[in-house]
Amino acid sequence: MQFKRYTLPNGLEIVAECNPEAYSTAIGFFVRTGSRDETDAESGVSHFLEHMMFKGTPTRSADDVNREFDEIGAHYNAYTNEEATVYYANVLPEYLDRALELLADILRPSLREADFETEKQVILEEIHMYDDQPPFGADEHCRAAYFGSHPLGRSVLGTVESIADLRVEAMRDYFERRYAPANMVLVGAGRVAFDDLVRVAESACGPWVSLPVSRTMSPAEPKTPFVTIRKEIATQQYTLLMSAAPFDDARERYAAKLLATVLGDDSGSRLYWELVDPGLAEHAGMQHAEFADAGAMITFLCCAPDDAAENLTRLARLYQAVGQEGVTEVELRQAKNKVCSRVVLSGERPRGRLFAVGIDWVCRAEYRSIEDDLQAVDAVTIDDFEALLRRYPLLPTATVTIGPLESVTVE
Amino acid sequence: MPEIVHTHIYSNGLVLVAEQMPWLRSAAFSLLLPAGCALEPSDRGGLANITSEMVERGCGPRDSRQFILELDNLGLEWSDSVSASHAGFGGAAPAENLPAALAIFADMVRRPHLPEQELPAARALMLQELRAVEDEPSQKAASELRRRHYHEPWGRPAHGDLPGVQATTLDDIQAFFARHYRPNGAILGAAGRFEFPALRDLVAELLADWTPAEPAEIVEQPTRQPYLHVPYQSAQTQIGIAYPSVPYRHPDYFPAWGSVGVLSGGMSSRLFTEVRERRGLCYSVHAGHHTLRDRAGVFCFAGTSADRAQETLDVTLGEIRRLAEGVRPDELGRLKARIKSSLIMQQESSSARSGAVAADWYHLGRVRTVEQLHDLAEGLSCESINAYLAASPPADFDIVTVGPNPLEVPVAV
Repeated sequence: MQFKRYTLPNGLEIVAECNPEAYSTAIGFFVRTGSRDETDAESGVSHFLEHMMFKGTPTRSADDVNREFDEIGAHYNAYTNEEATVYYANVLPEYLDRALELLADILRPSLREADFETEKQVILEEIHMYDDQPPFGADEHCRAAYFGSHPLGRSVLGTVESIADLRVEAMRDYFERRYAPANMVLVGAGRVAFDDLVRVAESACGPWVSLPVSRTMSPAEPKTPFVTIRKEIATQQYTLLMSAAPFDDARERYAAKLLATVLGDDSGSRLYWELVDPGLAEHAGMQHAEFADAGAMITFLCCAPDDAAENLTRLARLYQAVGQEGVTEVELRQAKNKVCSRVVLSGERPRGRLFAVGIDWVCRAEYRSIEDDLQAVDAVTIDDFEALLRRYPLLPTATVTIGPLESVTVE
Repeated sequence: MPEIVHTHIYSNGLVLVAEQMPWLRSAAFSLLLPAGCALEPSDRGGLANITSEMVERGCGPRDSRQFILELDNLGLEWSDSVSASHAGFGGAAPAENLPAALAIFADMVRRPHLPEQELPAARALMLQELRAVEDEPSQKAASELRRRHYHEPWGRPAHGDLPGVQATTLDDIQAFFARHYRPNGAILGAAGRFEFPALRDLVAELLADWTPAEPAEIVEQPTRQPYLHVPYQSAQTQIGIAYPSVPYRHPDYFPAWGSVGVLSGGMSSRLFTEVRERRGLCYSVHAGHHTLRDRAGVFCFAGTSADRAQETLDVTLGEIRRLAEGVRPDELGRLKARIKSSLIMQQESSSARSGAVAADWYHLGRVRTVEQLHDLAEGLSCESINAYLAASPPADFDIVTVGPNPLEVPVAV
């Protein structure tokens, strides 16, 4: 594996982890834009624009785009979150040139009004879909509750109203503001011939006009409200909790990931033994999320409404005990073994490496090999946990609970 | 890289099928036991699932905590699943840990404690799962559709039903375990970095003295009812449409499967283009071929706002029926390109291959290598697909909707 990088004169960065032994190639454009970069009037535009990118360019119709990706057997898609929008394709190595030329072309879209109106219906259906299925928007509500007016509190999907009211001109304006070459990174992983990647990128992306791009960064001021939202059709009660976590210091970040594994991995974790194994909850888990200027520990709980208050009390006691007593060496070793194995397994697929390399680069401008990750995980100690928990206590949390209950009282 | 697939059949009937993938750092296994939910007594819906939950609560020298701790320390990413035909257990780990993981799973399927004190918790967890399914209208549509398409007991959902889970006793679980967790009919698939002779000998040591049991007989009951609407106060209506197809072992399988690829594979497929891209009727629309050993179906799903559900059903059904007119060469070309890249990308995953070799053995009694599959896909032609579609046009639809209002379903479905 070899890491390589190059920057085009217009500011587009190209990075790749080249593995000549891989069977396939994965490439993606990681754009530093997402819901945090939107204004109220354009809420949801980042995600809507991601859909519109597949709707054609001056030289390709939407049908052409879909057809050409399928002609090369590409596994391709895109996603949008709070601070990044990613367009990617996993292809056989012989199709690298065509895949890149196509991905680059769709990133200069026509944004035709008729397509915009048709796709608006698809976006509204996507909003309705999430409205009908667990956790019924609890994730977006919880971010809003926790971050308050900080840009990370903004909705990724937008609302039925903000999408219905959005005009194509506003989307074009947002595109001009955010999709400058210096605001994105072209990432490659797997069997990538780096010189080819640069050559095709030069011809396909070289003409893109360089424009200045900025993002409002500010320290988060986390809030800790308890919000209950009634959802009558729900059978189960869904609860999300957020508290502060590291985002910039590497040692702290790895400690936070391991702590989330100790406390809230799918099986064998504290939450698992406390709530899932005894059948008190259908699911209970914890994750560490990191953003450019904030981090968060996110706990998710799904259980019968009647058990929600009791379970939340148990959870608070558990977090309190961890804050006072920490966790054991046995738990730390168990978490390390799990996390290291996942790094190895996901690293076997170029698609897995694409996201790892891309996110490291777009968020922190750093490259970390699989070995670097394994070493960083291995270096975490019980003392790191203690320091972490002192600096980022698990309590209090912002809490959002959605389900049939009108109110939930936690001791 | 040439593939090497090995097979070994032990004297108790257990089959080991293994594909060496020496370029990987990992190894994976997939153990299929003939203990699926089709074997449950009809008043014990969920028994296969709760049995598979209970065997994980302690086995051999380990209690349930030690069981999970040991697997975690091996870095094993593992899962369990129950289908109509099988209880399945599988996992992947750094290759050097495969033998230790297999030893633990051998204890699990042969020497589980099935502890009585764990039953209330296991049952509570199953009830949680049943409640969670209530909140997933798309899953509800899928399980109702499968129930209607396949005759009882092949269409049963693994999670069972409330009365069945509540009525299940430890005796039921012990009896189900004793009867159906057996080596004859069991398949152990493995893929990744290992040496076959060592693996074969290890499996012999762990499982060759496992005593066979008499296979159970399954009695079918036809349950055909063409349209079901499940009232649900959601914003969207979930639509499910199924029609019969041929199973994996059938000579027409590849043409049948290929026609579904044209209908719904990739974003240039007919359903995605006509339902979503041209009309903006929904976010999610897709169809897939599903196979049991001796029967199969095509299952198609779309979710859309209640006021556009009728149009979505009409357009989707129209596209499915239009398949009978045949597929075009350009559609076939894209289908082959997607198959080729999927097959090659499978070689990057030991989990994908261990599951595939075990399933192949169940369906065919042999394993198709990636190279053979590639040749079969290359051999597909418009003529072969269209001949299949002319002889077996999509028809006899089962339709299920979940949402605020029922839809008008054409009479001659």
